[in-house]
Amino acid sequence: MFKNISLIAGRDLRSYFYTPIAYIVIAMFLILIGWMFSQLLSFYAQQVSQYAALSFGEKPKLVDSVIRPLFGNVNVILLFVAPFITMRLLAEEKKDHTIELLKTAPVRPIEIVLGKFLAGFILLLIMIAITFVYPAILYFISRPDWGVVLACYIGIACVSAVYISVGLFWSSRTENQIVAAVLTFGTLLFFWLIGWASHRAGPVWSDVLNHLSIIGHYSNFAQGLLDTTDFVFYFSFVGFALFLTNLSVRGE
Amino acid sequence: MIEVSNLVKKYNERTAVSGVSFSVKKGEILGFLGPNGAGKSTTMKILSAFIEASAGTVTVNGFNVASEPRKVKASIGYLPENPPVYTGMEVESYLRFAARIHGVEKTNVKKSVEAAMEKCGISDVRNRLIGNLSKGYRQRVGLAQAIAHNPPVLILDEPTVGLDPRQIIEIRNLIQSLGGEHTVILSTHILPEVQATCSRVVVIDKGKVVAEDTLDGIAARMQSNARLTITTAKDPKNLLPEIQKLDGVVSTSVGKTATEGEFVVYVECQKGSDIRSMISEKIVHANLSLLGLFQEKLSLEDAFVRLITVDENLDFKREDTQHV
Ligand SMILES: Nc1ncnc2c1ncn2[C@@H]1O[C@H](COP(=O)(O)OP(=O)(O)O)[C@@H](O)[C@H]1O
Ligand SMILES: [Mg+2]
Repeated sequence: MFKNISLIAGRDLRSYFYTPIAYIVIAMFLILIGWMFSQLLSFYAQQVSQYAALSFGEKPKLVDSVIRPLFGNVNVILLFVAPFITMRLLAEEKKDHTIELLKTAPVRPIEIVLGKFLAGFILLLIMIAITFVYPAILYFISRPDWGVVLACYIGIACVSAVYISVGLFWSSRTENQIVAAVLTFGTLLFFWLIGWASHRAGPVWSDVLNHLSIIGHYSNFAQGLLDTTDFVFYFSFVGFALFLTNLSVRGE
Repeated sequence: MIEVSNLVKKYNERTAVSGVSFSVKKGEILGFLGPNGAGKSTTMKILSAFIEASAGTVTVNGFNVASEPRKVKASIGYLPENPPVYTGMEVESYLRFAARIHGVEKTNVKKSVEAAMEKCGISDVRNRLIGNLSKGYRQRVGLAQAIAHNPPVLILDEPTVGLDPRQIIEIRNLIQSLGGEHTVILSTHILPEVQATCSRVVVIDKGKVVAEDTLDGIAARMQSNARLTITTAKDPKNLLPEIQKLDGVVSTSVGKTATEGEFVVYVECQKGSDIRSMISEKIVHANLSLLGLFQEKLSLEDAFVRLITVDENLDFKREDTQHV
């Protein structure tokens, strides 16, 4: 079971680096985050010097001014990045007929699905891990709240798992990678924005919609809070998407 | 080793395979011969548990494909129509992955892959990207993938398609050498391929088995038949039932001619029954103006062509032929 999953995950993870696309995506991601970080940091420095000059109001906190917005931005950028990571996972296998190799090997469909999921997820985690240089830089400036940083990372990992699972599902539904990417982006955006609709919905619906929002569940993490309901939400979301993917891999 | 009974596969409304049955004994090389669209690939995909049958049962190596697909898959090496190769990978690492995913232990992988590359003659391209290889080499990599885990059963879907003549001979020799140790099913639409490699043949057309025999058996059976070609100036349709009733007639069919005002009828008759005089009498009697009467022996090639194919070169098409 685990042998097959890790074989497939390992092959797929390596195959990201056969083509330039992974390098390009990772580079763009890091450049964007770096740019945002420097903007946030210079704005923070401005706030601090203003506060020092005027001694008025509250002292700006690193967590509020840099860390929280930075990780919020990471989530948004990953929303654009994830479809490019997941689009090829199964669509390409079908187009190139290599899915026949996997499906005629003594491997369970769920092993294929989990292997593919892990490949995409691990690649995103690697990208996210590299962003740790930014909070690490903060360490030399001031003392960031490591608890909040850690919670944000855990939250981002959960959100990423959702992104990958949705992307993998759409990749299982088509041979066309572009179609898979667009459908993934549309679906993720829908579950992102669903929280906004809740403002106008009635009392019950507002709760339901809020509960389904990918980003709604992230807000606790951003506050440095780990809440079981959030984990349950992300876990069941990913589980359901992988379940549907498994049906689709088994069915054709 | 392989038992197929009453296999049916429907794609939506379209029936690709309708009631195919045959069996393959251990160590045998079976040719699965049929024209394009006959249902060869569909049957092979079902045998290798890639797709599910609509009806019927298949057992491979004693395991039922529907109820124990993973055991079947572990017993099979499968080369699909399109070699399932990752173009971004190097030959050797691809074969290692294929072997591992088929259950070869880590410690044996190097040896297995080495042996498969050696057999398929691709050792010298082991470090090349598969995407940069020619069609012939990719096909060989696909074949190496099928044999790398040393499976008891090999299912090869048109293994020599797209190869040049020298490569074809090499691959055929390789397949022949695999018989005995492995049980092999090989599909093809080319008769000489079967003659060169197989001990027995199942002929399939339009989703149905039309013959199953040893090569010699089919040759003998078919060569014993002779074909009469009758040309008349008037439509002989009404006479066909009468001809059909004659002693020794196997079948009659109406052919098509390019010439206006000529009609052609083919009559297949058993060996030793010369009915030419009887037929000519009947035609003259019916006032159909006999223009020609020609008897030919069916060669093995003809026999297969008649069995399986609507060949563009023939002067009639199967669809246009009316069997009476
Ligand atoms: N996925 C599919 N969907 C619909 N029809 C198909 C599919 N695959 C094959 N067919 C049809 O089934 C018939 C048999 O095809 P196939 O098994 O590929 O024949 P062969 O391999 O003998 O050339 C053909 O008429 C083909 O058009
Ligand atoms: Mg075919």
